[in-house]
Amino acid sequence: MTPELLIGSLTLFVLSIFLGFELITKVPATLHTPLMSGANAISGISIVGALIGSNVAFESGDTAISGVLAFFAVVLAMINVVGGFAVTNKMLNMIAGRKRGGA
Amino acid sequence: MELGDWTSMGYLLSAALFIYGLKQLGHPRTAPRGNQLGAMGMLVAVLTTILDMHLEGGTQWTLIIGGLVIGSLIGYWMAVRVEMTGMPELVALFNGFGGAASALVALSELWKYIEGAEVPTGLKLSVTMVAVGLSSLVGWMTLTGSILAMYKLKGGITVFGKWIKTPTWGPSWLNGVKVLLLISSVVLIYLSVNDPTNRQYIFALIGVSCALGIVLVLPIGGADMPVVVSLLNSLSGIAAAFTGFIINNSVLIVAGSLVGASGLILTFIMCKAMNRTLLDVLFKSFGGSGEKASLTRTKVGSDSDEVAMMLDGAQKVIIVPGYGMAVSQCQHQVKEFADLMAEKFDTEVKYAIHPVAGRMPGHMNVLLAEANVPYEQLIEMDVINSEFPNCDVALVIGANDTTNPAARTDEGPLAGMPIIDADLARTVVIVKRSLSVGYAGVDNDLFYMDKTMMLFGDGKKMITELNNSIKDM
Repeated sequence: MTPELLIGSLTLFVLSIFLGFELITKVPATLHTPLMSGANAISGISIVGALIGSNVAFESGDTAISGVLAFFAVVLAMINVVGGFAVTNKMLNMIAGRKRGGA
Repeated sequence: MELGDWTSMGYLLSAALFIYGLKQLGHPRTAPRGNQLGAMGMLVAVLTTILDMHLEGGTQWTLIIGGLVIGSLIGYWMAVRVEMTGMPELVALFNGFGGAASALVALSELWKYIEGAEVPTGLKLSVTMVAVGLSSLVGWMTLTGSILAMYKLKGGITVFGKWIKTPTWGPSWLNGVKVLLLISSVVLIYLSVNDPTNRQYIFALIGVSCALGIVLVLPIGGADMPVVVSLLNSLSGIAAAFTGFIINNSVLIVAGSLVGASGLILTFIMCKAMNRTLLDVLFKSFGGSGEKASLTRTKVGSDSDEVAMMLDGAQKVIIVPGYGMAVSQCQHQVKEFADLMAEKFDTEVKYAIHPVAGRMPGHMNVLLAEANVPYEQLIEMDVINSEFPNCDVALVIGANDTTNPAARTDEGPLAGMPIIDADLARTVVIVKRSLSVGYAGVDNDLFYMDKTMMLFGDGKKMITELNNSIKDM
């Protein structure tokens, strides 16, 4: 890793944090739980790391435990992602869907 | 462009979808689309990763597809099966899994070195080890904290057929333990940079992080739980961002820190709705360890016929649902009550929704929506409070602290918390199992007012009786 690469990553990190602060301003209480749940599903992005990790580990063959760990990470991250988006959708259908239909 | 560049473009697209999706999730009209955009972003990220691995050659298809399918099926099955009331717990559990996944990726990367892969040197070594350490710390902490939070939201756990209540316990010296654990984790991370293949350090760090998650959540309960779950959600994002530093992946860094930051803001918004600061939530145990006010006063309960008679001729009724409605699952009976009132007495019925009523913000909205209550009848606290003086009857179902006039004073744990002004209605009917104090441990003057009628009993049972009495009139 070169210092430039590290600085690039740090820049992304800091700017994304500022962006995250700005994105959420006034949220009605009704949406607190779905927003939390939706953001939670996005944090399952570690699926990408898990996929790369398990692929590399199994490819090289001699790092078996490392591969097993990454495989479990794939499963857990996928539960987080699919379950998270599905449950958010279910909640929003209950709240927002009714608003449109019932009006 | 080379392959790696296309991969980066794919990740950029996915990051943009996350940003736009999060933005839309914060507005009622666009929220469903926001969620879909987020899911699309995730799909793009996963496909980009798999495509990149495939074109580079040597994809372990069976394992990868296997892992993806197993995870998807479990996640989907859990989401479909969950009852409306169980959603908060499920969100907490999913969140724990996300944190654990990040921490496992970190552990897996570290294990490659332990199993003999070439250990990097210089800057890369420091960055990798610090990121592995932080990702482990935050990830494992999120896992244990979230699982404990889930059981706290459930209220307890069944072990060998016996119901064990989840404890809320937080003496003030526990704060010292939190600080101590945090310091030891920093020391462990520092040590591991100098000796990366020493597995003792990572095991110790995992232990410390798991303990930290537990002591952080243990003293917190009741109305503060949503705040903690939101904070843990923010942490799981940060864990993903740190993992991004280990494997040098831009989309992990962007998406992780986005969730970390927006989750933190959401946490602050929730705190504000309860008039609490985040530090209070985390370090001042709320009612949990303090002694509850002993009840000296009594109140004679009313029966459903009496209440039904009083309701005859009421022009305006405001229903104030709370935790008790969620527990007894009586939202359908409540809806039936509202319909009966409208039909029989031509009464205007509205619902007053406190921002933190129930166990999660929006909990009441979801429950009532399930019972097909029209959205327009659900009114937020700030709007409906001015209507109570003109309201004939306020029907409080299993709500306590959110209606306690003690919050208007400057003293006690409830001081300053915004409440529903149910006490301003001409008559107040309260459905509750007993006069016992709410989560804050403060006696509620509302129960003892002359204009208050208490219906003692389980929400479902009492509302059903009330409905029958109205029908018989």
